[in-house]
Amino acid sequence: MSALTSLLYQRRWWIFTVVAIIGFTLFTGEFKEAQTTAILASTLRQSTPLLLGALCGMLGERSGVINIGIEGQMLMSAFTGFMVAAETQSLLLGVLAGIATGMLMGASLAGLSVSLQGDQIIAGTVLNIAALGVTSFFFQQGYTLPGKTPMVDLWFLSDIPVLGRVFFSNRPITYLSLLLVPTVWYALFRTTWGLRTRAVGEHPSAAETVGISVAKMRYLNLILAGAIAGLAGAYLSLEAVGSFERNMTNGKGFVALAVMIFGRWNPVGAWGAALLFGYTNAIQTQFQFRGWFTDHPQFVGMIPFVVTIIVLAGVVGRARPPAAIGQPYSRE
Amino acid sequence: MKIFRSAFIPLLAVALALLAGAALIALSGASPVDAYLALLEGSFLGTEKVPWTEALGRTLEKATPLVMGGLAVAFAFKAGLFNIGGQGQLIIGALVAGAVGYGFQGLPWIIHMPLALLAGSIAGGLWGTIPGVLKASRGAHEVITTIMLNFVAINLTDWFTSKVWREPGILARTPKIEPSAEIPRWGNIPIGFFVAVAFAFLVWYLLQRTTFGFEIRTVGLNPNAAKYAGISVKRIVVLTMTISGFLAAMGGAIETLGVVGRYEPGFNAGLGFNGITVALLARTHPLAVIPAAILIGAMEASGAIMQFKADVSPEITDIIQALMLLFVATPILVRWFFKDSDENELSVGSSWGSA
Repeated sequence: MSALTSLLYQRRWWIFTVVAIIGFTLFTGEFKEAQTTAILASTLRQSTPLLLGALCGMLGERSGVINIGIEGQMLMSAFTGFMVAAETQSLLLGVLAGIATGMLMGASLAGLSVSLQGDQIIAGTVLNIAALGVTSFFFQQGYTLPGKTPMVDLWFLSDIPVLGRVFFSNRPITYLSLLLVPTVWYALFRTTWGLRTRAVGEHPSAAETVGISVAKMRYLNLILAGAIAGLAGAYLSLEAVGSFERNMTNGKGFVALAVMIFGRWNPVGAWGAALLFGYTNAIQTQFQFRGWFTDHPQFVGMIPFVVTIIVLAGVVGRARPPAAIGQPYSRE
Repeated sequence: MKIFRSAFIPLLAVALALLAGAALIALSGASPVDAYLALLEGSFLGTEKVPWTEALGRTLEKATPLVMGGLAVAFAFKAGLFNIGGQGQLIIGALVAGAVGYGFQGLPWIIHMPLALLAGSIAGGLWGTIPGVLKASRGAHEVITTIMLNFVAINLTDWFTSKVWREPGILARTPKIEPSAEIPRWGNIPIGFFVAVAFAFLVWYLLQRTTFGFEIRTVGLNPNAAKYAGISVKRIVVLTMTISGFLAAMGGAIETLGVVGRYEPGFNAGLGFNGITVALLARTHPLAVIPAAILIGAMEASGAIMQFKADVSPEITDIIQALMLLFVATPILVRWFFKDSDENELSVGSSWGSA
């Protein structure tokens, strides 16, 4: 019994947060099924790009490379995904183009930070500024998509009230992102590839002495991570919005980094953190819908960013990043 | 010889970026020669209708917040900090300068103008203190906190302009500032630019000739050694971020008092991020920030004329700037030309860990 109470005590902040969120959701949803479902579905929608961005950042950081350029990767992929889909009128080709773009951006980050051993933060910033410039220059009004990615109801599961509607009545990239959580977790913690990735991120010289190529692992991880960021970009333009807008990522790539840190470089933790951030966005729209604080929308608009800052300040001190992060590696 | 060597990479980067930009312009069906001629006319030479002093004045006007923004980034860089929050600090400075500029009446110019300028700069400095404290006390990385604070600042300044310091009317903006708060122009030439230049020299002096500057550079080169030498790293981190915010905010304040005449949301969008380009192009040297800012300012000033005369979308300058940054800030060119040395490498203390 005392073991249980001490466990409850240790996890008191988590329990408090979860209870508070459930209570607040029911309250803002006026204890009605439709409203509550709407809030939770919106939470999941808002969390998807953050989750994908966090998984992208995680693969890079687990192998020892900080990726500040997620924002740029997402923006560029959203753009190419949109343009290819609009030109070919095929959403599938658009998504694939987005993924390919993300991989290309990941490879450039690897080139700058691994091969040329430049500063990782500056390399990422260059990607961000380049993506904003290129997408603004080449984007022209007047392109339209054949629609958004289709809604898929999963058998009878989507008939389950509230949670069934929230999780099993979605569009393809959302399902894919949910599948990626256990996949990336398994890959990182249960496969040889994952062990090598983590070794390279924690102690590259030790990894090198047992025959793992640090450069190869970092390239591989950054390119795979780029594919995930590309998926996030395609999600924004082809699944969530259905068009491209200038600077449409609007800071999501950076919030994703906070999500990754809050989730302690673990896919499952990142998913929880992404849901929390998605929730802050979802209640924002709910506030507008209900007409609360409509006189002062600016303060509602601040919520996600303030939460990010509080989370970073509250958690980072205790969370431990991979040890070799941020340093270029060169053989002596 | 030393100057030549340190200027070599940035100059080469600019040349390569302009070359690549020319290829892009040609690709889009316009003439690169016409486009770059229009760039020169719009920024320095003037056209048939616009005298050259007006073109130059506009370039210097655009360059002013870029000098300050570039100084802000370069200064933080010396302590190993990457301040991406210039945008937020700048709009806070612009807003508060505008509020003080219209809120006080009957003050003489000699008091009112400096008061508004300082109030804006100090407000932005305090906005910069927040990420400094978060980094020093909690180890929260300044790259993320400053970006988040940019978004908070946009919302906050919007709220102040629409609710607190609003000019009666449809537009959400602050009332026009009093004439006694204006930074004057000398013909077409904005005096604010020379304030920024003075600050570039001041920052150079502070960094190179004072104990405080020595401490900042020591922390930037090696925080552990600095700690061992008895320097309080936390104090340096907080102070550096504050001063960096102060500098960025002064760019916004000069913009309000010398150019726009009031605070209007969205008017200075993107200026803060250009500060990063300027600082990296100057390879974080405070005096080199001045020519770098004039270069970027010239591009910003001539966008409309480029579109009008050469039919090139003004966003081309964004791409050219990104390319410059790519060549100058990453070791691509350095590795080519100076294989043996690492003196030209830029680096920030990049870890999420505690300060």
